[in-house]
Amino acid sequence: MTVLDHDLAAAWTPDAHGPRRDPAPLLPDSEPVRILGTPALRRTADSPGGRELLRDLHRRLVVGRRFNQQATTLTKQGRLAVYPASTGQEACQIAVASALRPGDWLFPSYRDTLAVVSRGVDPLQTLTLLRGNAHCGYDPYEHQVAPLSTPLATQAPHAVGLAHAARLRGESTVALALVGDGGTSEGDFHEALNFAGVLNAPVVFLVQNNGYAISVPLAKQSAAPTLAHKAVGYGIQGRLVDGNDAVAVHTVLSEAVEHARTGRGPVLVEAVTYRLEAHTNADDAGRYRSTEEVERWQARDPLTLMERYLREAGVIGDADVAAAAAEAEELADRMRTLFHVKPQLDPMSLFAHVYAEPTPQLREQAAQLAAELAAEAATEERR
Amino acid sequence: MTTAAPSRAQPTQPPRTATLASALNRALRDSLREDPAVHILGEDVGTLGGVFRITDGLAAEFGADRCLDTPLAEAGILGTAVGMAMYGLRPVVEMQFDAFAYPAFEQLVSHVARMRNRTAGRMPLPITVRIPYGGGIGGVEHHSDSSEAYYAHTPGLHVVTPATVADGYGLLRAAIASDDPVVFLEPKRLYWSKDDWSAEAPAPVEPIGRAVVRRRGTSATLLTYGPSLPVCLEAAEAARAEGWDLAVVDLRSLAPFDDETVAAAVRATGRAVVVHESAGFAGVGAEIAARVTERCFHHLAAPVLRVTGFDIPYPPPMLEQHHLPGVDRILDAVAKLQWEQ
Repeated sequence: MTVLDHDLAAAWTPDAHGPRRDPAPLLPDSEPVRILGTPALRRTADSPGGRELLRDLHRRLVVGRRFNQQATTLTKQGRLAVYPASTGQEACQIAVASALRPGDWLFPSYRDTLAVVSRGVDPLQTLTLLRGNAHCGYDPYEHQVAPLSTPLATQAPHAVGLAHAARLRGESTVALALVGDGGTSEGDFHEALNFAGVLNAPVVFLVQNNGYAISVPLAKQSAAPTLAHKAVGYGIQGRLVDGNDAVAVHTVLSEAVEHARTGRGPVLVEAVTYRLEAHTNADDAGRYRSTEEVERWQARDPLTLMERYLREAGVIGDADVAAAAAEAEELADRMRTLFHVKPQLDPMSLFAHVYAEPTPQLREQAAQLAAELAAEAATEERR
Repeated sequence: MTTAAPSRAQPTQPPRTATLASALNRALRDSLREDPAVHILGEDVGTLGGVFRITDGLAAEFGADRCLDTPLAEAGILGTAVGMAMYGLRPVVEMQFDAFAYPAFEQLVSHVARMRNRTAGRMPLPITVRIPYGGGIGGVEHHSDSSEAYYAHTPGLHVVTPATVADGYGLLRAAIASDDPVVFLEPKRLYWSKDDWSAEAPAPVEPIGRAVVRRRGTSATLLTYGPSLPVCLEAAEAARAEGWDLAVVDLRSLAPFDDETVAAAVRATGRAVVVHESAGFAGVGAEIAARVTERCFHHLAAPVLRVTGFDIPYPPPMLEQHHLPGVDRILDAVAKLQWEQ
C-alpha cells in the first residue's frame, strides 16, 4: 500500500513539471536603455573604434531618412503601388544592419525595407514587392535576408528554425526577426518565442513598438507590463531600449546578437519608437491620433537627437553632416533613375517557379497564355 | 494474408508481408540514413515514436536532434521547418492528426507553398508534411477529418496519399527527396493493413504524379485514393455478382493530377464513379468529375457520379459507418450509370 505523501516539493519532477527558474535575470531593463544625452555616449566614443561607429550610425541614419523620403515621393508619383514608411523608426532600421555580421540572417516585415537596404540589398530589388513587379526581387542568399513578410509575425518561426539549423551544423550564424507591436499579438510570435526558448536557438527578436497597429494603439493590443516582459514567460532574456536612440539600439542589439551567438540563449528586444507617417500612403492617421502627439515625437526625431548629441560630443562636425547629406542625395538620385525605367515583365514567368518542374496542368495553362499573348501581338501588328 | 513461418534451412529469411506503418517507418529510416539533411520534427515523434508509432526507434537510432520532440504548436513546428529548410535541411514534419494540422495552415499556404515562387526559384523549400487523415478508426471528434481538398487547392504544394504498403514506402521516399513541398496524407485506417512487401527489397521509387490502375475492368471505372481504395476493390469484387466488371484507379497523387491515366481508364469503360471519404461539395471529386467530363465527354455513356462523405462535420464514431462510403453505396451509384440504354 502507498503511504500518503502530500509533499509537492518532494514529488516535483523538474524535467516533467518545469525547472522553476528564478525569473529575475530574464526581466527587461526597468527603464529603456538610452545612450544619447547620457555619460554612456562619452564612454562609447572613447572605446576602441567608438568614434567611427558613431559617425557610421549617423551617416546611415541620414541616408535612411532620405530613403524613406524618396520612396514616399515615388509612391506619390505612382512608381510604387504602396509604401509603408519607417520614417521616425530609422534608428531601429539601421541598427539592425550594423548589429549583424555577414552570414547572419535578417527576417524582415513589410515596413523594414530600410533595414533590408541597410544590409546591402539593392533598393530596386528591395522595393519590387511594393512596386508590384515581383514578390521578392532579391536573392535571399546573397545578403542573408529572407523575403519581406506581409502576414504579421509569420516569419518569426522561420528565424528560429534557421538559427536552430545553424546550431545543429555547428555554425555561429545568428537570426534576427523584426516584428511590430501589433505582430506580438499573433500566435506565430508566441510560438516562435516558445520554440526559441526550448531549442535555445541563436535568435534575436526585435519588436519595434511604434505605438500603433495601423490605427489600434498598444493599450488595446496588450496588457503586458512592457512587450519586453513577454520574453520572461518563454524563459528568454527581455531588453527594453529607446528606439529613437540609434546608439542605444545598436548597442543593445549587438549585445543581444552576441548573447545568442555565444549560446546563452535567445533575446527579445523591445524598442520604443514612433511611426511619424501614416501606416501607408493609403492611410489617414488623423482619424486615430492627435497632432500634439505626433509633434511630441517629432521633437524626439532619431535623426535630430543623433545629430545634436554627436555634435555636442564633438564626434561629428559640419563636414560629416555634409558628407552624409551628399551620400543621401546620391542614393535618392539613384532611386529616381532606377525607378524611372519601366520594369521588364515577362507574363510567361508566372508559371516558371510554382514547382521545380511545371506540372502537366501548368504546362497547358502556360500554353494558353502564350497563345493569348501571340493573338494580342498579332492584333497589335494589324493596327 | 499470412506470414510464412521461417524455414529451418533459411532462418534469416525476411518477412514477406509488412504493414503500411512499418513501410512508412522504413522510408523515414532509410531517408535519415542516406541524407544527413533529413530531420524529423513533430509532437511525440521522439521518445514515444509518434502516437501511431510511425517514427518508432528513429530518435534512438539517429539521435534526438534528427527526430525532434517539439512543443505542442503546429504553426511553430511548420514555421521552424521553413527556417530549417532555408538553411539547407530537409525537414519531415509530422502533424499528429488531420484536424490538429489546421493551426499550421497559414504557414503552409502563405509560406511553404509559395516560397519558391516568391523568390523566383531561389529559395525552394523541400519540406514533407506528413498528416494521418480520414476516419474509420472510431476516433472521437477532430480525429477523423479528410482535409485533402484544402491542400490540393493550394498552388505550390504536391498532395499525395498512399493506399498500399509499397506506395507508403515509395511515395514517402519520393516526397522526402522532392525539392518541392509535399503534403503526405496517410490513411490512418490502413496503417495496420498488410501487403506482400519486403523491407529488404523495396521497389524502386517512382516519381510523384502518376495514378495506377489497380484492377482492370470493362463495365465502369471507379476513381479513388487513400482509405477508399480497399472499399472500391471490395465493391468491384461484389459487383461481379451483378454482372459488372469494374476497373479501379488509385490516384495516389491529387496534385499534380494524372489526367492521362484517369482519362484513358474512363474512356476504356465509358462510365465513371469518383469515391472519397471527404465531403463532396467543392471537394476533390468535383474537380475529378469536371476533368473527366472535359476530356472524355464523347466516350461517356452516363454522367460522372460521386460517392463521398456527406456534407456534414465528421460524425461521432458510433455513427461514422453511415457517413463513410461503403460497398453498397458504391454499387448503388454504379447501378445509376444508365445501363438501360
